[in-house]
Amino acid sequence: MAQARVVVVGAGPAGVRCAEQLVAAGLRPIVIDEGRRDGGQIYRRQPEGFTRSYATLYGSEAQRAESLHRGFDALKGRIDYRSETLAWNITAGELHVVHEGAASRIGFDALIICSGATDRLMPVKGWHYAGTYSLGAAQIALKSQACSVGREVVFMGTGPLLYLVAYQYLKAGAKVAGVLDTSRLRDQLKALPQLLARPRLLRNGLSFMASLRKAGVPLLAGIEPLEIKGDAQQGVQSVVVREANGAQREIACDAVAMGYHLRPETQLADLARCAFRFDPEGRQWLPEVTLEGRSSVPGVYLAGDGARILGADGAENAGRLAALSALADLGLQVDRAAVEQLLGQQQKMDRFRRGLVQGFPWPVQQAAQLPDEAIVCRCESITAGELRRVTREMGACEANRAKAFSRVGMGRCQGRYCGQAGAEIVAHAAGVPVELVGRLRGQAPVKPLAVVTREEQE
Amino acid sequence: MNAQSADVLIIGGGLMGASAAYFLRRRGVSVIVLERGLVGQQASGTNFGNARRQARNLQQLPLANRAYEIWKQLPQLIDDDLEFVQPGHIRVAYTEEQVGVLEKYARDTREYGLHLQMIYGDEMRARYPFLGKEVRAASLSPDDGHANPRLAAPAFARAAIRIGAHIFENTEVTELAKEGGEFRAGCSDGRVFRAPSMLVASGAWGDTMSAQFGEPVPLVARGPQLGVTEPMPYRIGPSIGVATPLLEETLYVRQIKRGNIIFGGCGRGPAHTDTRRAYVLPEHILTQFRQLARLLPPVARLSVIRTWSGIEGYMPDSLPIMGPSAKVSGLYYAFGFSGHGFQIGPGVGDVMAELIATGSTSTPIEPFLIKRFMQAPAEQVLAV
Repeated sequence: MAQARVVVVGAGPAGVRCAEQLVAAGLRPIVIDEGRRDGGQIYRRQPEGFTRSYATLYGSEAQRAESLHRGFDALKGRIDYRSETLAWNITAGELHVVHEGAASRIGFDALIICSGATDRLMPVKGWHYAGTYSLGAAQIALKSQACSVGREVVFMGTGPLLYLVAYQYLKAGAKVAGVLDTSRLRDQLKALPQLLARPRLLRNGLSFMASLRKAGVPLLAGIEPLEIKGDAQQGVQSVVVREANGAQREIACDAVAMGYHLRPETQLADLARCAFRFDPEGRQWLPEVTLEGRSSVPGVYLAGDGARILGADGAENAGRLAALSALADLGLQVDRAAVEQLLGQQQKMDRFRRGLVQGFPWPVQQAAQLPDEAIVCRCESITAGELRRVTREMGACEANRAKAFSRVGMGRCQGRYCGQAGAEIVAHAAGVPVELVGRLRGQAPVKPLAVVTREEQE
Repeated sequence: MNAQSADVLIIGGGLMGASAAYFLRRRGVSVIVLERGLVGQQASGTNFGNARRQARNLQQLPLANRAYEIWKQLPQLIDDDLEFVQPGHIRVAYTEEQVGVLEKYARDTREYGLHLQMIYGDEMRARYPFLGKEVRAASLSPDDGHANPRLAAPAFARAAIRIGAHIFENTEVTELAKEGGEFRAGCSDGRVFRAPSMLVASGAWGDTMSAQFGEPVPLVARGPQLGVTEPMPYRIGPSIGVATPLLEETLYVRQIKRGNIIFGGCGRGPAHTDTRRAYVLPEHILTQFRQLARLLPPVARLSVIRTWSGIEGYMPDSLPIMGPSAKVSGLYYAFGFSGHGFQIGPGVGDVMAELIATGSTSTPIEPFLIKRFMQAPAEQVLAV
């Protein structure tokens, strides 16, 4: 029998460990990655020729980053690695990819999607001005190009990435104008017992906060974002928030990095026709997946933050587990003890995940309070008022219907950045639970596809 | 609100059902519409949005003209313009033979009031500088245009509701029958609706409904394949279609005021009526890309941001099923619009309302009657 064809999408922590496990079982997987180099977002490698050290680039995570990169380097020649390749569609048994303008299709017996996550964003009035970035983008600028997104940067939102990126900016010599967290201290304290499931991460987080505080950076918890002030020419000029004590505060800056924890990148799972379920704790739709990485579609596996936000270490485990599940389903021998051990670790990761959700909650009330004139969909420049109008006057209480009537989610990002906030706005305007609003259906291409794209005959 | 019975029961809340409900209410007829999902989700909401009379079968032109009068009266009628614009529609040809087809069509349609203008050579290049060099001639229909299909059926439904129609979404009809002079529609949640007249306007599911009354038809469900590019400055104006006998060349394109370019054609994809999903075929998108670059070279510099499909019902002769049942009194059909029902949609609603309310219609619909698919054993015997 010919060797099973296993395709892994993504070369971040999940994808790399997954490929490693497959190679260890004697397979030669195909690894598709959108990035130029492996590592994913969290362990993004600097471009060839850049010479910053692991300690400089990854700080407390230097060892893990190095281990992952070395692991991947060791796979060279034993996998079919295709970088700068976009997986843009999936049909039965085939992954459709595009590389340098040429489209091709890759048949698979098993497909393991390790697509990662992006920032979860909540609109704020003025967030369309130039100089507003997601936390992830701000981090990429620093890691990949050694650039700061501005001279004076405000970090706003919530979640562990907020403090991590602010700290990385501080360490790189950038001026951090403030770290503004929508979560309240008491939420964070309440989550402590669960966060203790991973003491090292908790300690890291606390030390980032301490360093920022020591450097004189204002750290505000329990804030309510009111506005990013600026204009079309100059871009961002300041951020206005209401502090926990009710006072209004304006902080001057020329860039804002925002994010409210993460949202999984689920479009490929959707195109693979995987079932989804609403996660009431995180208030978002996630693909159905077992702890072992099996989706609802036979032969399709999901691992890493693209399926369930467990962070980089959880993603490495999930990648290994998904590979082992695929191998077992393909009829190959797998080490049951290894599976059990990984599952045990994942349970700890999941406890920590719940702590994060509790400690850094998605600020739902902000969607309800977003002023009508604030833009929700940046691609199409559609305001909260317009979205509310189609909900109230045209009866659009379902996500895809609201998109059809208002265009929120119809632009280049296909709702990646406005979809979840849009659903909250619709839910509030319609007076229904957000799960009833549903989720935007994924539509190919996953990212914009050039009309000059031509199919290559393999 | 007791709305379990009415004068007319409409099965299907697409453009046909919603506009029929509206026009029935305008005639004072009480009406209930039952829609399995949300109004206008299938063919009515996912099609290309061509509001054109050009390139229609001649037999359809009286109906298209009636629909055109309605389109022009928006938004006075339904308080919504559906983004209907009339920048014209051009039909272009790549071969001399097809130029001849366009010229003949222009002559044939004069008596139906279409004022098509053939444009050639330098004049065509000057007017439409974006057309590819293979294009030999264009037939302009100056009054045609396009509209936003996502808005159409819901807008008609809202207008119908405002004047008293009862429209039930998320209401799945599981059984249909006529008993004691009354039609009865049983739903999956146990509700039962009744009316002395019934209109089946269930698109690609119309044949299953007609079969329950002993009138099966050879309908095939297929998915249109559509896509939209990122925006570019608004330049194109008319919607454009390619006149060709080759399926893969049959591209159609329009640009909306926002700048995005919407395209479709070049073939159809599979559609799953059971799961109510139709998926875009990746290879099909790439065929459309090639044809786009050929028809409109400047568009080849753009990227496509989204593709979609829906479920349409096709008849073997590309004509719809419209009119009274041949077997059951009080039963009417309006389905199977074969991928070109959007423009005529409001006209279909108006005609069906007239037919149901008065017993006849001032617009000829003889070629669309379901009886054309009825087995005629006696005649077959004679033919032998």
